[in-house]
Amino acid sequence: MKSICVRGIGAVSPAGWGMHALRDALAKGQALHTKDMARPGRSQPLKVRSVPVTSPRAAFLAHPRLRRSSPITHFAVGAALEALGDDARFVTDGSLRLGVIFCVMAGCVTYSRRFYEESLREPVMASPLIFPETVFNAPASHLSAILQTNTISYTLVGDPGMFLVGLAIGADWALQGEVDACLVIGAEETDWLLSDAYRRFNRSLVLSEGAGAVYLRPMTWNVPAAAAGPLATPGTSSRSVVLEAVTDCHSFLADCSRAQAAKMMRSQLPEGTAGQLLVLGTQKAGRSDAAEIEAWKDWSGARLEPKAMLGEGLAAASAWQCAAAIDSLNQERYSKALVSVVGCNQQAVGAQFSLVSTLHSPL
Amino acid sequence: VLFSNPQTAVRKSRVVITGAGVVTALGLDWNDNVEGFRAGRSAFQQVTLFDVSRQRVQHAAEVRLPSKLPSTFLSQRHCSRLDRAARILLHAAESAWRQSEWQPSKYLPVVLGTTSGGMSMGEAYFRQATARPNLHRQQAARVVYYQCQRQGLDIAEAFGSGGPVVIIANACASGANAIGHGWNLLRLGRAERVLAGGYDALSQLVFSGFDSLQALSPGQCRPFDSSRDGLALGEGAAVFALETLDCARHRKAKILGEIVGYGSTTDAHHLTQPQPEGEAAFAAMTAACQRAGLEPEQIDYLNAHGTGTPLNDAAEASAINRWAGQQVAGIKVSSTKGSIGHLLGGAGAVEAAVCLMALQGQWLPPTLVVRTPDPLVKFSLVTRPVSGRVEYALSNSFGFGGANASLAFRRWS
Repeated sequence: MKSICVRGIGAVSPAGWGMHALRDALAKGQALHTKDMARPGRSQPLKVRSVPVTSPRAAFLAHPRLRRSSPITHFAVGAALEALGDDARFVTDGSLRLGVIFCVMAGCVTYSRRFYEESLREPVMASPLIFPETVFNAPASHLSAILQTNTISYTLVGDPGMFLVGLAIGADWALQGEVDACLVIGAEETDWLLSDAYRRFNRSLVLSEGAGAVYLRPMTWNVPAAAAGPLATPGTSSRSVVLEAVTDCHSFLADCSRAQAAKMMRSQLPEGTAGQLLVLGTQKAGRSDAAEIEAWKDWSGARLEPKAMLGEGLAAASAWQCAAAIDSLNQERYSKALVSVVGCNQQAVGAQFSLVSTLHSPL
Repeated sequence: VLFSNPQTAVRKSRVVITGAGVVTALGLDWNDNVEGFRAGRSAFQQVTLFDVSRQRVQHAAEVRLPSKLPSTFLSQRHCSRLDRAARILLHAAESAWRQSEWQPSKYLPVVLGTTSGGMSMGEAYFRQATARPNLHRQQAARVVYYQCQRQGLDIAEAFGSGGPVVIIANACASGANAIGHGWNLLRLGRAERVLAGGYDALSQLVFSGFDSLQALSPGQCRPFDSSRDGLALGEGAAVFALETLDCARHRKAKILGEIVGYGSTTDAHHLTQPQPEGEAAFAAMTAACQRAGLEPEQIDYLNAHGTGTPLNDAAEASAINRWAGQQVAGIKVSSTKGSIGHLLGGAGAVEAAVCLMALQGQWLPPTLVVRTPDPLVKFSLVTRPVSGRVEYALSNSFGFGGANASLAFRRWS
């Protein structure tokens, strides 16, 4: 029986580039500073949490495919390469068939807004260099090009719950042998237009940007012999994080409210104990949190709220939630971690990760 | 649950189509489209939906959309908020639903492909937000109805059903990927029924985008013609009621056709240009046929992506030549984009519907306006409507970002 292991995680967030920055920010437990973003036509700026500029500039940004790409692509590629780690070479040399699932809610909004602005002003002058970058799957395409892989890739659009749907699809692909492994990425970028739109629904909500990535691989995938490191000592064990389950998507419909959907999602995940962690999607944003708080009122284990510190990063935020859950298991602070995503306007979905021991068989 | 680990071994199910709806500039009804494709009709006109007076190209294939929507569980108030893309989608979905004779269900996955969802709502939001920043009227509704997932949820609600809504945005392969994903869900036992398809409406941003790339033909779209000079845009949708063969047989449903293969790959060559030899296209076609257990010579009709752009058609022709090998001269191929335009997220789904029409009616739709076929065309390019035996059909869809998908269908008899 195959298990789906998490072989790597990556994050680019308002805390900085890399999992260490995310980990440090979550450990501090304080909301990160906001930045003012000008809103054309209004004197009052919008508040956002944006990704700090890297210093020194990340090497991958010099890739020719990224020359004109938008920030969302930079974030997605940064998180993806961190999650993939050394396995990137197996993808590039063709020995590992890597599926890519890229999840967004708003997507390449900066270039879309710029291109439409140019089209309205003077269509014949609208930039043909910008338009292709407005397409939802542009970041996934750039990533495949950087990794030189031609394996299946899906770009999924939906509310933050879609990242967990992406995990389920990726795990299925890997289990069924469609691919050897799968990288699931959630990413977003901020723009005044997006922030302006979201403020219509909740004024206390602060949009943020970045990406998170989870690299899934079946426990049984064999590293090519030439590249394999020393064999594990027979009789010893090592620990891995496995994706145990993704709940159903409980869609928000006329006959199923957000609160009901959240409760149904919660009912598909186990009761909590002291050694377990729940990573919530709540963000101390008033009524937006109510359904999720109510659904989890019985949870007796530990809790973590990444969005309360990082902001509403939409698809990136649910990826950060998963990365934070997996990271806590990797550090052996918990034996099990649940992720709860009660999305903005589509679905409630949950996931369960566990830390398991693998006994290395005698040769 | 969507996923659980560890899993038991899966017995793969066969997947059949029990309902189909299609909306294009040829008509809102399946029969209108059959008649139009069979007659080799072209449906282009001057764009009326937005201002194209300052664009290089000014025509497209617009759907003649009635103000009245089909009767569903959606309230009149809800319907009044739907944008053009959602309305086109609803017409197609309602036809598929009606034909399938399905009943409302608590678990009916909806898988849709689109490139731009409710883009016209997003455009309206932007125009008002910049021209009149302090006017808030209708803006909140525009934010909600712009989003693709809202259109997917609307489809679920329209038929009193629930379950996951998955939106695949793989550019112009989105519709084919959505059907392929639905096929996978059924075949792996993740669901017994899936509503799957693709849609897109014409929008100013996307039209300007293709025009800025000079990808639009200023004249006629002529797929695989040696002097082709670009694509033509269209709009439309196709939706299919897919279910496992066991499920369809159990309820004695009328089966329209079978999906037997799906292949999806990524062309990493360039964001907008295909790899000249069509490597990833070849891989997608090969994968779809391998899954179906078919050799190229068994494919009686291939609906090509055939956009009419110099680069796409050359790469696709190379891929078809390589895929078919020595049998290439016998492979019958056409592109229907010369009739209805390129439907972007709807293209893969509508062209899957064209394959189903060919399988059901035993005829092949033509590629319009081919004067001199490109020298790379080694296959049998169908340029006039013809009757013929069609047991298996293959549909190709390729998109920006190198998203490639092929679907294989079998006639149901």
